[in-house]
Amino acid sequence: MIPTIGVVVFPGSNCEQDAVEAVKELGAEALLLWHGSPEIGDIDGIIIPGGFAHGDYLRPGAIARFSPAMESIVDFAEKGGPVVGICNGFQVLTEVGLLPGALQKNIGLKFLCKTVNLKIESTNSVLTSRTNVGDALKIPINHFEGNYTCSEETLNELRNNDRILLTYEENPNGSMGNIAGICNEERNVVGLMPHPERACHDLLGSTDGKPLLQSFLESANV
Amino acid sequence: MTDQIHRTLGLTDEELEKIIEILKREPNHLELAMYSVMWSEHCSYKSSRIHLKRLPIEGEHVLVGPGENAGVIDVGDDIAIAIRIESHNHPSYIEPYQGAATGVGGIIRDIFTMGARPIAIMDPLRFGPLEDARSKWVAEGVISGISGYGNSVGVPNIGGETVFDQTYIGNPLVNVLCIGILPKDRLVLGQASGVGNLAVLLGATTGRDGIGGVSVLASAGFGDDEEDADKRPSVQVGDPFEEKRLIECCLELLDAGLVVGIQDLGGAGLSCAASETASRGGVGMDFDVSAVPQRELGMHPYEIMTSESQERMLAIVTPDNLGQVTEISKKWEIRSSVVGKVTEGGLLRIMDGLNGAVLGEVPAVSLHEDAPLYERPIAPPNDLQSFQEETAEQLPEPEDLGADLVSLLSNLEWITSQYDSQLFLNTVVGPGGNAAVLRLKDPVTNQETGRGLAVTTDGNHRWCAINPRVGTAMTVAEAVLNLACVGAEPRALVNCLNFGNPENPTVMWQLSEAVDGMSEACREFDLPVVGGNVSLYNESQGTNIDPTPIVGVIGVIDNLDAPPPGKKWAEGDRLIVIGPEPEGLSGSAWAFAQGHRKGILGELDYDLHKKICAITRELVQKRLVTAVHDVSVGGLGVATAEMAIASGIGCSLARIPSHEALFSESSSRVVLAVNPDELTNVEEILTAAEVPKARIGLAHGDRFTIKGLLDLELQDMKNKWESHLPAAFEGGTTQG
Repeated sequence: MIPTIGVVVFPGSNCEQDAVEAVKELGAEALLLWHGSPEIGDIDGIIIPGGFAHGDYLRPGAIARFSPAMESIVDFAEKGGPVVGICNGFQVLTEVGLLPGALQKNIGLKFLCKTVNLKIESTNSVLTSRTNVGDALKIPINHFEGNYTCSEETLNELRNNDRILLTYEENPNGSMGNIAGICNEERNVVGLMPHPERACHDLLGSTDGKPLLQSFLESANV
Repeated sequence: MTDQIHRTLGLTDEELEKIIEILKREPNHLELAMYSVMWSEHCSYKSSRIHLKRLPIEGEHVLVGPGENAGVIDVGDDIAIAIRIESHNHPSYIEPYQGAATGVGGIIRDIFTMGARPIAIMDPLRFGPLEDARSKWVAEGVISGISGYGNSVGVPNIGGETVFDQTYIGNPLVNVLCIGILPKDRLVLGQASGVGNLAVLLGATTGRDGIGGVSVLASAGFGDDEEDADKRPSVQVGDPFEEKRLIECCLELLDAGLVVGIQDLGGAGLSCAASETASRGGVGMDFDVSAVPQRELGMHPYEIMTSESQERMLAIVTPDNLGQVTEISKKWEIRSSVVGKVTEGGLLRIMDGLNGAVLGEVPAVSLHEDAPLYERPIAPPNDLQSFQEETAEQLPEPEDLGADLVSLLSNLEWITSQYDSQLFLNTVVGPGGNAAVLRLKDPVTNQETGRGLAVTTDGNHRWCAINPRVGTAMTVAEAVLNLACVGAEPRALVNCLNFGNPENPTVMWQLSEAVDGMSEACREFDLPVVGGNVSLYNESQGTNIDPTPIVGVIGVIDNLDAPPPGKKWAEGDRLIVIGPEPEGLSGSAWAFAQGHRKGILGELDYDLHKKICAITRELVQKRLVTAVHDVSVGGLGVATAEMAIASGIGCSLARIPSHEALFSESSSRVVLAVNPDELTNVEEILTAAEVPKARIGLAHGDRFTIKGLLDLELQDMKNKWESHLPAAFEGGTTQG
C-alpha cells in the first residue's frame, strides 16, 4: 500500500511543494491541505512544512495553531497518526502543545542558512526508526528562530525518556542540549529544525534526509 | 498658480511648458504631481534613453524585450524565464533595511506580474568601507533587509556580490535581480484592453509611504544630514507576508485565465500603473480615487496617485470575471477593489467616484511616452591623457606580497548565510560558485527536464573608472566566462547602470561609453539585452561614484546530470592556466588597494575570449577537469588562493614572475585543475583548439607557494579569509 501524506499549507508557508516533491520521490502520494479547512481527508501521515505561516506574526507558529486544520491534526496525532513538523512546522507544534518547549531567536541574532552535521540520538520515533544511533547526517538548517529552549524539568524528561532524536554536532543557534529534533511521549509526533526534504537529491549536495523521510513513510504505511 | 510648485516637484520650466503644450492649458496640482513622478529620471530615463537605444535587443530566444515589466526568454520545453534587475540605491542610504527590503519586493513584483513564479534573486551590492561607521550601518541594514524580506516572501537568494570601496561612501548601491519561471502560454503583458473592462486594485492599502520617492530620492543626490532626515518619509515600508499572499493570489488568477492584463505598482504608484496599462493598450482609463483603500486619514488625490505603498497590483478584468477574482482574492486574504474602468480615447481621468467629479485629466500616453528626452552634454574628463599615463605598473613592488594577496581574500559567508539559498530544491550551485546553477523543472508538472539554468551578476567599478567602455565590455566578457565555467551557454543579459549626476558632462560621457562597451560586447557574444535599469544621481557632497554598470546574464546548461566542477582541486591535480599572458595592473583591486586609481586598460580580444569560453564550456561539460575558476578580481593570485582555500589543499606554482603577473586582471583567463590521468587528453584538446596555455603547477600539501614570489601557510590564509568580514562587521571573530 502506498501511503498518502498530507502537507499543510498556511498563508506564508513556502516549503510545502518541496515536501511534496521529496515524499513523492520516495514513492508515496502527497496532497496539500489548506489550513482553512478542517477536512484533512483520509491521509496516513502529516507534514507541517517550513516557511513563515501567517508571516510569523506575534511569534512563529502562534497564529497557525488556531487554523481550522489544526484541530483535525491534533485529533489525528492524539489517535496515534504520524506527524512531523519541519522548521516552522516544529514551531507550530510547540505553539499548539503537541510538543514541549519553544524555539527562540538564534544566539547569533542572525538568520542562518547552512548545511550542518547532525547526530541520531534515538531511533525510537516515526522519523528515525530506519536509522542507527550515532549516525551522522548532513542536512541544511534555514532559520532565525531555531534556538530550542525549555525548562530544566522538560529537558530532563526528554533526556530520560529517549525523546531527543537529533542533535547538532556544532551548535549553530544556541539550542539547549544541542537539540535539533524531539518527539512526544507516544513518539508519533516529531519536530525538527533541519530540513530533510532539502537533502534528498544528489544534485543538491546531500541525500542524508532520505532515511528520515523513509522512516516517516514507513510509519505512515502501517 | 503653478508658479513655483512645479519646481518643488522636481519639474523644470521647460518640462512645465511641454505639459501646457500637451494639455493645451495649465495643469492643476494633481496633474502636475503625476507628471513630476512619471517624468522623473527614475521613471522616464530621460537622460539615458537616447543612449540605451544603442543596445542590441534582438535574439532568437527573446519572447519579450525591454519596455515591459521584465524580459522573457524561451529556454526550451515550452518553458519561459522572466528576468529583471532593479536598483534601490537612494532609499537604502536613508533607511537601509526598508530600502533594501522594498527593493526586493519591487523586483519580485515585476516578475510575477508577467505570470512567472519568482524562483530566485541575486543581490549585487556596493558599500563604503566597513571602517566607515555609516557605511557599516548601511551594509548591516541592507543585508538584514534583503534577508528579512527575501526569506519571508519565499524566494531563494542564489548569489550576488558585495564590494566595499570608498567611492560608495554616501552612495550604497543595492541592485536586485530576480528570475521567474512560467509555462510559455501563461505569459501576460501589462496592458489594458477591452473598453468597459474593470481595473481592480489588489493588495495592501495605500498610505503616504514613498510619496515623491522617485522624484525626491532617485532624481537628486544627497546633501547634509539634516536634509537627508527629511527624505526619510519617502522610503517605502514593505510587508513580505502580504507580498507572498499576493504572489499566490495573482498566479492563481493567471492560471485560471481571469486576467486580461496585470501591472505591478512600483515607482510613481498608481499614476504609473494606470497610465502605463492604458498607454500600452492604446486605451484610456477612468480612475476612481475614492475607491482606493487607504491606510491613513485625509489623503489628497495627488497623494493617492503618487503613493509608493508596497505590495499592490493593478489587474484588468472583464466584468464577468469580477466575482471569481474577488473570491480568489478573499481566499488569499488579499484586498480587491474596483478602482477604474477602461475607456475609449486614451484619456486618463482621475475622478472622485466613477460618476463623480473629474479631478484631473491627461492623455495616458503623455505620462508614459511623451516624457522628455534629454541629450545632455557629454565630455571626456579634461585630464584624460595624464590620467592614462599614470599606469599602475609604475607602482613600486610590494614590500609584503603575501600580505597584499591575503588582504584581497574574503569569505562572504557572513553575508550569504543570512539568505535562504535552497528553497524550491533547485539550487545546485549557490552563493560562492563561479555562477549560480539551478535545476530546470517544468513549472506545471514539476518534472525535472535534466537541464539547468545558470545565472551570474557582475560589475567592476575599478575597470570602469579607468575606461568605462572597455571596462564595461570586460564586465560582460567576465559574465559570459563565468557561465562557461559551469558549462552554460549565455542567452540574455539585463543591466543596471549606476552612475553619478547626469548634469555633469563627464558622467554622461561615462554612461555613453559604458553603453558603447556593453553594446559592442553583447553583439560579439550574440547576447540580447532584454531589460535594464538606470540609476543616476549617485553622488554625495558633489562627488560622483565610479561608473558602476552591473550586468546579470542567464544561460542554459544542456545536461545537468551532476553538479559542475567547482573550485575544489584534488591532491595531485596539475594546474593549467589558459588564455593570454597577464598584462597591466591599472584598474586592478591590488592597484586600488595601494590608492592608485588611474591608468589604462588593454582592449578586449573578442575572438580569443570566445575561444576560451567555448573550450572551458567543453572541458566542464565533459567533466575533464576537477576544478575550474576564471581569473578576475585579484588576478591569478586570488583565483588560485580561493581554489586552495576551498579545497584545503595547497599548491606549488611557478611561472608567475612578478606581482604584475600575480595581480593583473586582464581578461580571458581560466585556471584549470586536471587529474594527472586526464592531463594528456586535456592538453591535446587545448592544442587542437589553438588555445594559449601554460602549466603553472601542482595542487598538494599545506602550503601556498609561488616559486620566487611567496610561500605562505594555507591554514593561516584560510583563517584570515574566514575572519575578514566577521571581524569587520562584529569587531571580533565568530570563534569564542
